[in-house]
Amino acid sequence: MGTVTPTAAGIAWEDLSSFPRTNRDGRTTFDIAVKGARCANCIAKIETGVKSVPGVEDARLNLSTGKLCVSWSGRNAAPDVVLNRVRTLGYEASPYEAAAALDANAAEGRFLLRCMSVAGFGAIFVMGLMDAIWYGGHDMSAATRNMFLILAGTISVPVTLYASQPFFRSAYRALANRNSNMDVPISLAILLALLLSTAQTIAHGTQIYFDAAVMLAFLLLIGRYLDYLLRDRARGAAKQLAAMQSMLARRLRADGTLETVSANAVMPGDRLFVASGERVPVDARVEGTGVDADISLVTGESAPVLAGPGSLLRAGSIVAGASAVLVAAARAEDSLLADLARLLEMGQQNRSHYVRLADRAARAYVPFVLGMAVLIAVGWLLVGATVTTALTNAIAVLVITCPCALGLAVPAVQIVATSRLFERGIIVKSGDALERLAEADTAIFDKTGTLTSGKPELLNRGDIPPQILQQAAQLARASNHPLARALAAAAGDGPVAMDVREVPGSGLEATLDGAICRVGSAAWCGLPPGKSSELCFRAGDQPAVRFLFRDTIQSDAPEIVAALQKRGIRVEILSGDRDSATAELAARAGVLNWKAGVDPKEKAAHLERLRKEGRRVLMIGDGLNDTGALALAHVSIAPGTAVDAAQSAADMVLRGNHLLPIAEAVDVARKARRLVLQNFALAVLYNSTAIPLAMFGLVTPLVAAATMAGSSLAVILNALRAVRTSAS
Amino acid sequence: MSGIGLIIAAALLFGLGALCVLLWALNSGQYDDMKGDAERILIDDETAA
Repeated sequence: MGTVTPTAAGIAWEDLSSFPRTNRDGRTTFDIAVKGARCANCIAKIETGVKSVPGVEDARLNLSTGKLCVSWSGRNAAPDVVLNRVRTLGYEASPYEAAAALDANAAEGRFLLRCMSVAGFGAIFVMGLMDAIWYGGHDMSAATRNMFLILAGTISVPVTLYASQPFFRSAYRALANRNSNMDVPISLAILLALLLSTAQTIAHGTQIYFDAAVMLAFLLLIGRYLDYLLRDRARGAAKQLAAMQSMLARRLRADGTLETVSANAVMPGDRLFVASGERVPVDARVEGTGVDADISLVTGESAPVLAGPGSLLRAGSIVAGASAVLVAAARAEDSLLADLARLLEMGQQNRSHYVRLADRAARAYVPFVLGMAVLIAVGWLLVGATVTTALTNAIAVLVITCPCALGLAVPAVQIVATSRLFERGIIVKSGDALERLAEADTAIFDKTGTLTSGKPELLNRGDIPPQILQQAAQLARASNHPLARALAAAAGDGPVAMDVREVPGSGLEATLDGAICRVGSAAWCGLPPGKSSELCFRAGDQPAVRFLFRDTIQSDAPEIVAALQKRGIRVEILSGDRDSATAELAARAGVLNWKAGVDPKEKAAHLERLRKEGRRVLMIGDGLNDTGALALAHVSIAPGTAVDAAQSAADMVLRGNHLLPIAEAVDVARKARRLVLQNFALAVLYNSTAIPLAMFGLVTPLVAAATMAGSSLAVILNALRAVRTSAS
Repeated sequence: MSGIGLIIAAALLFGLGALCVLLWALNSGQYDDMKGDAERILIDDETAA
């Protein structure tokens, strides 16, 4: 279930006219990213709800991507009304900024599927023709045999060339970068098999691999498509995140009305309205009275601070008290968030240096196979064979050793492993994230929101008379301040005081039963200041009462720390919070290494230092201030309660906020790695039994086909073992 | 001999036909929202009256 942002329902006059697009046929479409829709009820509720907005003609929600496409003709419907309708139905919604990269990804998937279906058609048909020759060739007249071969050739050559485009492209890219990957020997084998078969058909020879070539393409495309599905399924969640993340700003026009624009359109000097609980879109100065702001993004400190008039609030800070008007001080690309984005980008580049297991295998395999083929050709020439025989046998080796099973070895294991993790509530965004997780030897936890729930909890409830708590809660319910919300949560449901006045940096004030009541800082209620996590309450002239708060530790935090340590992983805590709070939590969770008061850049620097020491770091964090570190770490996990940016920077996302699944993820990742290596061994073993045959020119195309299918089957069966739970 | 030719031609046509149907389904977006389509069958049609 999504939650309605406090202001969303209230503002019906924001201007969204820059978002809808008018198509060529005069219809206008408006795309909205919807969060929280899960089932048929949600679809029906949202679609009928939006269709009942005057002017809207059609609304269709794509449940896989979370994109709601609303359309109307002419200028009949108002986009802000549509957006608010979705929000009042109880879902988070924001205008969808179509990112070209996401569409390109969908196109890639469709292209792979098209290649696969074409190859599948070709494989069945050509196999029918060729098998007839292998099994019944003796009873066939030469003319019939020739006709079958020509038919098989005319189908398999264009089909295979078309369907193998993904391999050709990838091989070309690798070669252009003076690199090699698995697609180089694959492309070579496919091309040579087609060439050799065509030549042999013309020369009435026997080395004809038309069926092997199509089958090779088909089996490999299955592996490739599995790999794509794996990335796409996880990206479904990420797609939504990217759309939600496109920062919007509410700009005050000269006439006092609001317009909603993309944060990129904000110019310094613009006056911005930021509602309580919302993020500040660009670096901005406070106008008028002060603002209570959560600047954990910059400091990691979760307790809100008072930003006085004229002081600078960095982009990404959250307005914790009453809504505020700010004056933009910088453009979006010069703001702090842009700094974070740069950190993120740096991390991703860093990670792209990681070489996937399959490619590492290819780097060892390719020179070996090519060397073997050359040796065989030379060997045959030395013993006096003709050039044709030598070449034919060399090519046969290339075709037969083509790493068909190697192409399946990795994606087959990874899709099985990630499906299993998905059921356990862990979304894995890419296959190589599993490989990287298997290598992790250090785990770094963020504190607030990861090891703790991030929500303060009332500590001294027993000392407070229930009636006082209820009175204080009446005021607290009117505020968005984290401590006030914790107080309201502790008191349960109840009435809200009328005319609550919120004084930034101090607290709340209202009149209850004729007495002026105050909730807020110690000074606000006339007490000497105590610890920082406290709220005071004073009703009229009665003595003030202190409410003490503590961040609650996640119930399974000590368990996960112990579980990781048992698996040989060193655990550290890296927090932006105060020393005392961090030390206390580290002691409770059983962590010896901790560091407090670390800002985002220092977090990233710390990770970089560990990397240079040769450590492979698993980073677990939830906040905007962790985003850079999440991207920079060898592998990263974000809890489901993490902010959108952290979820999209992390390799894996936990569905709940329980931490224990991380231990299982490590187990599955390690097991997957073992299975992948076994698969490599199996594939090489299978192929290498055929190499001696091919060397001496004894291999028949039937043997080639049998090896290929046999080794692929063995690899897939082995991969299925990843589903079986180890006795944990 | 001519029988085989006929059969092969027919098989080719059937195969190509199936392929075309699949490609058409792909291009017309029938595989774009598998999760949504699975749920949509549960929605009651309210315009039945």
